[in-house]
Amino acid sequence: MTDLLNAILQGVLLGGLYALFAAGLSLMFGVMRFVNLAHGDFIVAAAFGALLLVDMLGLPPLLAVVILVPAFAAFGYLGQRLVLNRVMGRDIMPGILLTFGFSVMLQNLMLEGFSANSRRLNAGWLDTASLPLGPFQIGFVPLLMFTTALLVLGGLGLFMSQTNTGRLMRATSDDAQIVGLMGADRRHLFAIATAIASGVVALAGVLMAIKTNFDPSSGPIRLLFAFEAVIMGGLGSLWGTLAGGIILGVAQGLGAAIDPGYQILAGHVVFLIILVLRPQGLFPRQRP
Amino acid sequence: MTILLSVRNLDAFYGDFQALFGVDLNVEAGEVVALVGANGAGKSTFLASVTGLLPTRPGSILLRGANIAGEPAFRIARAGVAMSPEGRRLFASLSVEENLRLGATGGRKGPWSLEKVQAQFPILKEKRRQGASELSGGQQQAVAIGRALMANPDLLLLDEVSLGLAPVVVRDIYESLPAIRAAGTAVIVVEQDIGRATEISDRLYCLQEGRVNLTGPSRQLTRDQIGAAYFGRARSAA
Repeated sequence: MTDLLNAILQGVLLGGLYALFAAGLSLMFGVMRFVNLAHGDFIVAAAFGALLLVDMLGLPPLLAVVILVPAFAAFGYLGQRLVLNRVMGRDIMPGILLTFGFSVMLQNLMLEGFSANSRRLNAGWLDTASLPLGPFQIGFVPLLMFTTALLVLGGLGLFMSQTNTGRLMRATSDDAQIVGLMGADRRHLFAIATAIASGVVALAGVLMAIKTNFDPSSGPIRLLFAFEAVIMGGLGSLWGTLAGGIILGVAQGLGAAIDPGYQILAGHVVFLIILVLRPQGLFPRQRP
Repeated sequence: MTILLSVRNLDAFYGDFQALFGVDLNVEAGEVVALVGANGAGKSTFLASVTGLLPTRPGSILLRGANIAGEPAFRIARAGVAMSPEGRRLFASLSVEENLRLGATGGRKGPWSLEKVQAQFPILKEKRRQGASELSGGQQQAVAIGRALMANPDLLLLDEVSLGLAPVVVRDIYESLPAIRAAGTAVIVVEQDIGRATEISDRLYCLQEGRVNLTGPSRQLTRDQIGAAYFGRARSAA
């Protein structure tokens, strides 16, 4: 019984990481109906970026975050303005093809630069530190992932409801054409959304680097986890994305408790069940 | 009076289909101009051209003497053109107040503020927390006009604000027009009801099949003249 509860607890905390994987994807799809197929590869790129800064240059992991998040956000803003805005439109196909190309290029660039070896970021004492909670041990890293997810999603929620830019983003998913009549430059608005999503990607990448092994080809499976979390939670709902991440984390945790080989499979099976029973997701955005 | 909007020889196209043919139209500052015509005459196309939702040839639309044709919609909005679009087009997942606030995105200074708009349409204050799509048709129309006013425009475009509304609600909506004019805003009103259009406007243009076929001061045009232009008998009668 304790083992089972522990598996659920660890799954919930892991769900925080999956929610971070998914947050950027959810934001970009919600605002501009745009699917970035290279999302997972960007997460892995951030992980390698952290590895470079921490392992090779000797910077503390926290400093790596302080450097990587703004760098990724700036890269996201420019990438949207200079490249992605050119493929925005009614047809989602050009964007999908373009980001699929990015995905292939990124994977091969990382393979060239870092070899195919599986890597992990050494976070020192953080790796093993844990808090006792009754019969359970809660690792600092999983706790950090979960609280980061809460803070990021809470912050995003406040941004979307309390700032004019955030309200414009919600309005864009209602009626993108009319947002222009409000005097808002869509190209800038899209770039801000991509900048935020990219900043979250950097955060997720650093945390993933500390939590698990990764290699240049581990992006697509992260993209898959992110898709599953977004779809289970309901498209466009931030807290739904957290719920989706937690469900995926718990399903994987329980699967692994039965047999380590079932970890990934259990997540996919639960995803399929939810997709069949509730295709609109658990918390779809209210759209009267 | 100074010319605020000057449209010269405007053509508009939807792909290969030409919807406007050489339209000329002027609006002076602070003036109310009515635009009438049957369904498909090109009224909404005209407004889409002025607001930049439909790209047009540079040089064919001037605002205060500066070209706006071919500019993106957000630049035209910032230059002082706001619209209550046909079908209202509110942001359904946002509250009434959030819809209104988005109108002020351009940051233009002027007489209209959230408080002023709510004073003009008290229902918008009462229902400010409700979702925009939960309101009645007339209330939604008030949101759409209030949202446009929040931009403090020099030129306000009202597209079919009476469509599908009860007469008493339409009267309430049009009662806001004097206050809008008093603030110095020029208005183009697209209206199906010819009687109402002549009553509220200084000048009137009638479109038929993408061309202006009648124009003049609203009070000098007879119902017969407008009716003939509306249904396309003007040219054959002339």
